[in-house]
Amino acid sequence: MDPNLLTHWQNISGFLGFYYIALALMNGIAAFVVWRRSHATVGPVLLLLLSLVYVGVLAPLAFSADATWMPRMPSWFTQLTNEILGGSWGAVIYTVGSIVLLGGLFVARKFFVRPDVAWILLNASLLALGLSFSDPNFYAIAAKPDNVPIVGLIFLLGFFTWLATSRAVENDARALEGRPPLEKENDEKILVWPDLVYTELICMILLTALLLFWAIGLDAPLEEPASSVKTPNPSKAPWYFLGLQEMLVYFDPWMAGVVLPSLIVVGLMAIPYLDFNPKGNGYYTIEDRKFSYLMYQFGFLVLWITLIVLGTFLRGPNWNIFAVYEYWDPHKVEALNNIDLSNMFWEQLMGVSLPKAPNEAGFFTQLGFILYREWLGIAVTLLYFIMLPPLMAATVFRGFFVKMGFMRFMVMSNLILFMALLPIKMVLRWTVNLKYIIAIPEYFLNL
Amino acid sequence: MPATDRSSLSDAIRNSQIWKSIFRHPAPLDRRNRIVVVLTNFFLHLHPVSIKKQGIALSFTWCMGGVTFFLFLVETITGVLLMFYYRPTLEWAFQDILSLRDVASLGILRELHRWGAHAMVITVWLHMYRVFLTGSYKPPREFNWVIGVILLLLTLLLSFTGYLLPWDQLAIWAITVGSNMARATPFLGYEGPGQALFNVGGIDMITSASDARFMLLGERSVGEVTLNRFYILHCIAIPLAVAFLLAIHFWRVRKDGGISGPL
Repeated sequence: MDPNLLTHWQNISGFLGFYYIALALMNGIAAFVVWRRSHATVGPVLLLLLSLVYVGVLAPLAFSADATWMPRMPSWFTQLTNEILGGSWGAVIYTVGSIVLLGGLFVARKFFVRPDVAWILLNASLLALGLSFSDPNFYAIAAKPDNVPIVGLIFLLGFFTWLATSRAVENDARALEGRPPLEKENDEKILVWPDLVYTELICMILLTALLLFWAIGLDAPLEEPASSVKTPNPSKAPWYFLGLQEMLVYFDPWMAGVVLPSLIVVGLMAIPYLDFNPKGNGYYTIEDRKFSYLMYQFGFLVLWITLIVLGTFLRGPNWNIFAVYEYWDPHKVEALNNIDLSNMFWEQLMGVSLPKAPNEAGFFTQLGFILYREWLGIAVTLLYFIMLPPLMAATVFRGFFVKMGFMRFMVMSNLILFMALLPIKMVLRWTVNLKYIIAIPEYFLNL
Repeated sequence: MPATDRSSLSDAIRNSQIWKSIFRHPAPLDRRNRIVVVLTNFFLHLHPVSIKKQGIALSFTWCMGGVTFFLFLVETITGVLLMFYYRPTLEWAFQDILSLRDVASLGILRELHRWGAHAMVITVWLHMYRVFLTGSYKPPREFNWVIGVILLLLTLLLSFTGYLLPWDQLAIWAITVGSNMARATPFLGYEGPGQALFNVGGIDMITSASDARFMLLGERSVGEVTLNRFYILHCIAIPLAVAFLLAIHFWRVRKDGGISGPL
């Protein structure tokens, strides 16, 4: 038995014990609510049994911090996770896995919005979180004070996505039957005093209580005094910018830090002027506005949130990928042999060295040689941004083009193409180790 | 009888000159007075008098915009209190943060401020998520969505500028990583594409002492000038901009027809 592990268990046993008691309470309250609402017996009894398992088995075992009995993730699971996520394919598996998971949730949304299914998933994820806390490496990263909000964010997003999707699924089913959306049912007007004013008051009180408990229970992080000579490894941006920092793996700073963030802001502002669909205003729906729904979810949940989660929990020293149960070893080596498109074309395909201007050549000769060297990447990029929009307008987005007109369609298609640059660059990196499509380090212009 | 005593005491309070001078009306119990109270009360006049029932259903609104505004108020109040203790200088910044934890009464002021800030970033995202999922940016509310995007950006900048103030390792390196991006701004960063275009008579105009990053930091690396800049941005400049835009944001909610709903 590793003495460090035992110390870790003794340190967190109190917290974990109360964590399982909280889970028991959560299920007990759910049992009561379900029984009050439906007077069914099977559901409440199962919930009560689950509650009893938490309070009667898991909580005492967690309090015990006993070497044999401490509830923990099975070691085959942690080792498998470390093998899969911590290996050289970690980023690929994580990203593709997230897309497959979210896609699966979307496709089978009618199944996953069922309250019983959602409740089982919530319990499973909370239980997995509790069991994982027993792992010191997991605890070190998940319970780091500034990372706690992100753990909360994951659960909040899960909850609200479930809430919105379940209402959208219901509204879409009602639309099929020719009935108005749920929101139409509560059409009558009520007075702001007392209904809204009191809701606001209760929200404020609950939120104040939550903030107070949070502030008392968890100290704000404070590290050593600032030193401009001691660079921490890894150096991370604040958590809400970690998606942008993650883009640095695939793009140079001018793209990842300036152009793409600016386009995110511009693109968000442009949404109301690009979405010409009058349906889906003021009620939850998916079927009435599938395209804009999928676009937003891809940008928000896949490209923004999963990258933040990746940057927060999986990126360790030297910006290498570490699985959640893996020790952050600063000496972990990841082979990096990425090459540019121009290398591929000239050296690998043509078998010659890169074209290079004579050293004493003038500015325009130099520039000419650079353009000649990078002609393939420049051509590909120009084709991508100039040829694809008309092609899209003529084929898959024909209906959009007709309704939107030239300008709006061009803005939308270019924004989508810019958004698609990130997944494209990711796939090219993973499959052919592509570093830059255009590599002009002479002018800091690498794409 | 205790019950009578209590009611007579509360009656006495409610009938006192002080109480009546503060609350101009008795508690509104009938329809007419409930309308009047919203119209005549300074704090309530942001609200409409009546609202569709679904407009206040938590399962529809998630209350996230309101929660974000409340957190902004919490941040303002705790922020002002923190300013009494904190001096944005290399000599004192870190020491003052230490004292806030170890010496100041209660010692959770900074915790409230920091966790409130993280929560505010999250609730802004959730508010935007809800507004998108209900299609509430559609006409006639397009421009309010645009203001909302600016407010989202300002919220992130508020959090970012505040991140530096504790002046610990976490702070300066997060800001260093974040602000290094500005070095690569096209045309305006000294390592950005097109930087060489601003060249007058063979002299580069965009250098490490004149580029976008320098404007942000006030020097070549994160130091005392940066601390001062971020302090002023965090405590004065950005909050003023947020307050201004919030006023428009709320006003537009009312003018654009209240909270969205199906036609």
